[in-house]
Amino acid sequence: MDSGEVYVLVAGPAGAGVFASSVIIGKVLLRQGYHVFVTNEYPSLIRGGQQWALVVASPSRPVYSHRRRVDVLVALDRGALLSNIGRLHERAVALCDAADATGDPRVIALPARDVVREEGGPPVAVNTVLVGVLFGMLGGDLETLKGVVRRQFRSREVAELNARLAERGFHLGLQLQGKAPARLAPRGGGGDELLLDGNSALALGLLAGGLTFFAAYPMTPASPILHFLAEVQRDLGIIVFQPESELAAINMAIGAAYAGARAAVATSGGGFSLMVEALGQAAMTETPIVVVNVQRPGPSTGMPTHTAQGDLRFVIHASQGEFPRIVLAPSNPREAYELGCRAMNLAWKYQVPVIVLMDKFLAESYWSTEALPPLRPEEGSVWRGEGGEPYARYRITDTGVSPIAFPGTPGVLVYANTSEHDEYGFGTIDPKTVRAMQEKRFRKLSAIQREAESEGVKTYGDGAIAIATWGSTTMVVREALRELEGVKLVQVVWLEPFPRESFAREVGARRLLIVENNMRGQLASLVREHVLREPEGFLGRYDGRPLDPEEVVEFVKGFAARG
Amino acid sequence: MEERAFDTGRRPVWCPGCGNYGILIAVRRALAELGLRPEEVVVVTGIGCHGRISDYLKVNAFHTIHGRVLPLATGIKLANPRLTVIGHAGDGDAYAIGLGHLPHAARRNVDITYIVHDNMVFGLTTGQVTPTTPLGVRTKSTPFGNPERPLNPLLLALASGATFVARGFSGDVEHLKELVKQGIRHKGFAFIEVLQPCVTFFNTYKELKEKVYRLEDEGHDPTDFEAALRLAQREDRLPIGVFYKVERPTFEEAFAHAMNPPPALRRLAPPDLSRLLESFR
Repeated sequence: MDSGEVYVLVAGPAGAGVFASSVIIGKVLLRQGYHVFVTNEYPSLIRGGQQWALVVASPSRPVYSHRRRVDVLVALDRGALLSNIGRLHERAVALCDAADATGDPRVIALPARDVVREEGGPPVAVNTVLVGVLFGMLGGDLETLKGVVRRQFRSREVAELNARLAERGFHLGLQLQGKAPARLAPRGGGGDELLLDGNSALALGLLAGGLTFFAAYPMTPASPILHFLAEVQRDLGIIVFQPESELAAINMAIGAAYAGARAAVATSGGGFSLMVEALGQAAMTETPIVVVNVQRPGPSTGMPTHTAQGDLRFVIHASQGEFPRIVLAPSNPREAYELGCRAMNLAWKYQVPVIVLMDKFLAESYWSTEALPPLRPEEGSVWRGEGGEPYARYRITDTGVSPIAFPGTPGVLVYANTSEHDEYGFGTIDPKTVRAMQEKRFRKLSAIQREAESEGVKTYGDGAIAIATWGSTTMVVREALRELEGVKLVQVVWLEPFPRESFAREVGARRLLIVENNMRGQLASLVREHVLREPEGFLGRYDGRPLDPEEVVEFVKGFAARG
Repeated sequence: MEERAFDTGRRPVWCPGCGNYGILIAVRRALAELGLRPEEVVVVTGIGCHGRISDYLKVNAFHTIHGRVLPLATGIKLANPRLTVIGHAGDGDAYAIGLGHLPHAARRNVDITYIVHDNMVFGLTTGQVTPTTPLGVRTKSTPFGNPERPLNPLLLALASGATFVARGFSGDVEHLKELVKQGIRHKGFAFIEVLQPCVTFFNTYKELKEKVYRLEDEGHDPTDFEAALRLAQREDRLPIGVFYKVERPTFEEAFAHAMNPPPALRRLAPPDLSRLLESFR
C-alpha cells in the first residue's frame, strides 16, 4: 500500500466498544508518530444495531478526512463482518473471532473469545484482544499499546486485565505479519499531539473564552459538550447544568450573562428551534450569549446520529425582526477551539448573539491536532463608572456598543428590556427613539463586518477553479485536493456577516464550484446574495453522511473535463 | 430606606382600580422595610399588564419574553447569589405559556421570590381566557363560556416541592407586604400567588373581597403540609397567608464549587486547561 498509510474499520453492535476501540487504535498510532483521523457512524440506539468507526493514519502527511478505502476490518461480531466485508479491497483482511468467521479468504479467524475466557474477562472485552491482534499484525509497539489501553479504564483492575488481553492479542497478531496489508513504521515523536474531537475542542475553546456558566438540554450530537463540561466543572469552578428544556437553558444563560457571568449553550437544530425566541431576546437586550448548534439532518427529528449542513440559512435568519449577529463555522477541532474562544470574546465585545455552527461529522470525529495555543478571554466594554453621567444600559455611542454594567455595581441600576426601550431601558414607542435604538444596534455591524473581512475566509492551494466550502466539508475537500490540480479551496469561516469582499477577492475570475452537506446549496445562495455570482457548479450530499473525498474528486474532474 | 427610594417616578399606565397598584405598593414597602438597597435587587418581569412593574420599581430589572421569568431569574441568581431576585409574572405568563418552568423551579429550590399577579384573565391582549379563568366564564376567546376547569396553582406548587407557598390579595396591601417580606427572607423558592381583579375584563373585586380571609385569623400551622393541601382546595372561602414553609438546601448550594467568588464577580483570566488536555493524549 502507498506511503505507509493504514485504514482500519472497527465494526460491531452498539455497546460492544466500537468507539472505545477506535480511539485506542487512534491514540496508539498518534503515539507512534502518525497523523490520525477517526470517524464513526451509528444508529440512535443504546444496544443492538450495527455501528462502525474508521481510523485513518499516515506517517507522512496530515489526514483531513475519511476515504472509502479499508485495509483491515476488526469485526466484533458476525453481523459486523457480514455487513462490512463488502468495503474491503482485495488485499485487505478482516479480523474476527473464530465463531464469527466466514469462508471469505480475507477473513482471519482468531480465538479471541477463548483468550477473554482464559483471562477471566467479560465477553465485551473481545474488542481489546482484536485490537491487540491488529497491532501485532501491523508491527506496532506493544508497550505503547498497553499504555494507551491502561489509560482508557478508570479502574486499575480493569485496566490491567485489558492490558493483558491486548498483549495476548498482540502475540497472536505477530503470527499474521505475512498477511498484513500494511506495515507500521513507528516514527517517534507525536508527544505533544492530541487526538481531539470537535465537540471537546469547542468546549475547550469556550473555556478559554472565559466560560463560567453553561446550561444545555441533551440532544445528539451536541450532548458530549454538556458531558465534557459537566465533568470538569468542579476543577474549573464553573456552573454546568441540565435544565428542563432548551427554553430554560438559553433563558438561564441570558439571565446569567445579564448578571455578569460568561455564558453559553449548546444544542442541535431542534433545540435551536426552541431557542429562537430567546435569541431575539438576547439581541434586543444586547445581552452577550454564545449558542452552539451541532447540526444533524432535519427537518424535525430527522436522523439524530447523522450529519448535515442544513441549518445555515436558518441560524442566519432565526427570530423575528432585524438585528446584527455573528455566525462562525469551524471545519476541524483546532478551529473549533479557536472559534469557541473567539465566539465568547466577540459576543462580549459587541454584545450580540454569536452562533457557532458545528455538525455531527466535525463534532464526533477525531483529528490528531498539534498542541493547542493558549488563548485569552477578553472582557469587552464593561462600565467602570467613568464620565460622571448616570448609568444608561443602552447609552447611544459612536460604535453602537454601550458599556455594560452588571447588577450589584454600586450606584448603578441595570434595566434590560425586550420591549423597545430608551437609553435607560424604559419601554418606548416614540418613533425618534425607536429609530435611534435600532440604528445604534446596527451601528455595531460596520466593525463586525471589518472583522469578518479580515478573518472570515481561508484558502488552500491555487488554480483556475475555486471550490467554496464551509464547516467540516472543508476537510473532505482538503483531502480531495491531494488528487486534484489547479484548484483553490476557499473556506468561508464567517457566514454572517458574510465576508463579501474577501470572498470575491479570493475567488476572483476563477470558475466557482460549491460543495456542501445539504441539498439546495445554502452557501451557494449566500454567494448569490452577497457576491452577486452564480456558481458554475454545486455538489451537495443530503443522506446524513459526509461527502466522500472520492466523489468530490470525480465531481471536480468531471467539471474540468466539460471545460 | 423609604418606599419612594424604590419609585422610578414614572406614572403607571394601568387602569384605575387595577390590582397591580396594590402589588406595586406592597413590593416597594417590603423592599424598603427589609432595608435593601435598589442596586442589590433585581426584578424579572414577563409579558402582560404585570410586566410594566419593572418601569415603576427602581431596582435592577430584566423585562423578559412571555413565560420565561423563572429561568431568567434562576440564571441571575446562580450567577450572583448575593443579589435579591424577584420574579413577577401574570397568570398567563406563569400558568399558560410558562407553566413548564414552575415545578422545576420549585423542586430545584433556587432562592428567588416568584410573585404571580393572578387576575384570571389576559388583560393586555384585551380579555382572553387563562388557565385560572373559572369554568363557564365568557371571554373574547370563549364567547360560549370557558370549557376548561381552572388550574389550582397552590396545589401545583405544593405538589412540586416549593418550600414557601403563600397567597395574597391585592386589596390587602399590608398583608401582602408582609408575605413579600417573608418570601424574600425565605431561603429558597418562595411562591406567592396574588389574587387581583382586572377591573376592565374580569372584575372580581367584590367577590374576592367577600371570600378572602387571613389564614392567621383562623389559625394555621404553616409547617403542616396536609393542612396546606386541604386549605389550598377550599373554594367557598379563599384563605390568604403562608400555606406552607419548610427549610431545604437551595439550588445554589449544589454549586458551592463555583461560588468563591460567584461567576458574575469572577475576574476574567485564562483557565488552566493543561490537565484537561491529558485525556486527549
